[in-house]
Amino acid sequence: MTTETVQVLSPTRKPLGVRRVLRRISARVGLLITVVFLLLTVLAPLVAPYDPYDQDLSSALSPPSWIHWLGADQYGRDMLSRVLYGTRTALLAVVVADGLALVAGCTLGLLAGFFGGWVEAVIMRIVDMVLAFPYLLLALIIVAALGPGLTNSMIAIGIVYTPQYARLLRGQVLAVRQADYVRASRALGASRLRLMLRHVLPNSVTPILVMATLQAGSVVVETAGLSFLGLGAQPPSPDWGALLADGQSYFLTAWWIATFPGLAIFLVVLGFNLLGDALRDHFDPRRTA
Amino acid sequence: MTRYLVGRIGQLVLVLFGVSVIVFFTMHVLPGDVATLLLGERATLAQLASLRHQLGLDQPIFIQYFYFLLQVLQGDFGMSLRSNHAALADVLVAFPVTLQLALAALALAVVIGVPVGIIAGTRPSGLLDNLLMTATLFGVSMPIFWLGLMLLLLFGGLLGWLPIGGLMPTGLDAPRVTGMTVIDSLISGRPHLIWESLRYLTLPAVTLATIPLAMIARITRSEMLAMGSLDHVRTARAKGMPERRVILRHILRNALIPVVTVIGLQLGLLLSGAVLTETIFSLPGLGRLMVDSILSRDYPVVQAGALFIAFVFVLVNLVVDLTYGLLDPRIRRS
Repeated sequence: MTTETVQVLSPTRKPLGVRRVLRRISARVGLLITVVFLLLTVLAPLVAPYDPYDQDLSSALSPPSWIHWLGADQYGRDMLSRVLYGTRTALLAVVVADGLALVAGCTLGLLAGFFGGWVEAVIMRIVDMVLAFPYLLLALIIVAALGPGLTNSMIAIGIVYTPQYARLLRGQVLAVRQADYVRASRALGASRLRLMLRHVLPNSVTPILVMATLQAGSVVVETAGLSFLGLGAQPPSPDWGALLADGQSYFLTAWWIATFPGLAIFLVVLGFNLLGDALRDHFDPRRTA
Repeated sequence: MTRYLVGRIGQLVLVLFGVSVIVFFTMHVLPGDVATLLLGERATLAQLASLRHQLGLDQPIFIQYFYFLLQVLQGDFGMSLRSNHAALADVLVAFPVTLQLALAALALAVVIGVPVGIIAGTRPSGLLDNLLMTATLFGVSMPIFWLGLMLLLLFGGLLGWLPIGGLMPTGLDAPRVTGMTVIDSLISGRPHLIWESLRYLTLPAVTLATIPLAMIARITRSEMLAMGSLDHVRTARAKGMPERRVILRHILRNALIPVVTVIGLQLGLLLSGAVLTETIFSLPGLGRLMVDSILSRDYPVVQAGALFIAFVFVLVNLVVDLTYGLLDPRIRRS
């Protein structure tokens, strides 16, 4: 008796094609900005001229100068160092909040799309209800329940963004699960778990990556927004939103306190948006039109 | 059409029910004890137990939700812990401020965004298209709380052209009719009040309009491009129809359907953005009320505000869906 091994091959997935994505200048600029900020996250202690918490009241509210390139805040803390350290909180928010949304949303979307029936009905109705709320307000309500703080604000934003991933992945799964290679694999006796993880998920993942990049910018803004409102990172943490809130009280006399953290948020978001746009256009050329 | 409308209203009720579940359980199941909150950390166990009984907090959670729902259906969200007014009354007083801001921002976004999208979409890859699309990308990436501060710094601080916050100059108010300062000033018929109300509205509205404007311009452009390549447009051009007519009659009208969707969806963004804008410009709107209530743990107001906003949001989505029929006869017929 011979044992015949039948291998069910998934279709060739579209390669990421980094070079093709980066052919556009905007994509290269986006990647450059993102990489610089990623490096700053790691290198902040090396490149920051001062400790971000060090107070020097003699320099309080001093404008940008050779000593404090971006000026100093009301306690004489160096703004450049605080902005540089703020990169860490911003990118931590991307990893935690966007990561949470991605994992939770993909799990829900996969379950809904793969099993259908009542599982799908329950999950998608909950998704619809969460989507019926404006993002920031839902995040506000969750923070209200959990209590203000950076961790809770990241969890809140993660929850708020979950439905979008769930909806997107469900749509992908619905399309993929009827494909021949999935049916063939099922006919050969593959378990549901194997079908989901080996065939359905990898073939549905590209749009998720694009969405994760595009959402990263929004996550940075929303986290900073919650901190700005006093519901996220708490003082004296060098969080960009909290720095902006500090600067609001002094914006007429010490414009630099609010200006530079905001500029940092703008640049990071611009970087993620440029990169996300390029990825989206690469994988969905219809939108390039 | 009537059946569709009834179905949609049924969905609306269902969504609102779901939202009430989310709001109630978020507030009641997650950590934090309302009785301790109301009486403070120093309250005795007996006092806490008595208040819990009085508020029904010692009942099973589903019974509590049932009573909550009954009260909500009667418009009773309880009393604000801060102002001692009915929670819904506080929300209704603050709402016109947010509505005025959101409508002004939406009007700016549509009036500027759609033409910008059309201009860019009719000259794809040209210099103007590239310039406009770069500008809109900057707009989409701009954190509005920063933009608001920068506009304040420039126009309020350095140039001194516009006020740096508030709804109206101190001591100068039109008699309250709608709660929207511009409308109330118009009703009062005093040009000075109208001028001031507009001056105070300008910076917040421009700040809040930036992101929706950029998004509306981008979606209009991409829809113009997509529609421009369809067969019926090519046929119209081949017949020798003037380009202006082709754009207005064959491209724009079809391109507007997704644009209307995006405009409707912007309302959620505007309500979210209003929280931040109201904070920057010290406006006593619904967003600011929500944040203050959260910070002071005034839960009745948070619940009333959240449900009210969800109600407005789903209502607007319904109106947007109904306007499709006006733009697209195929939808109307189906």
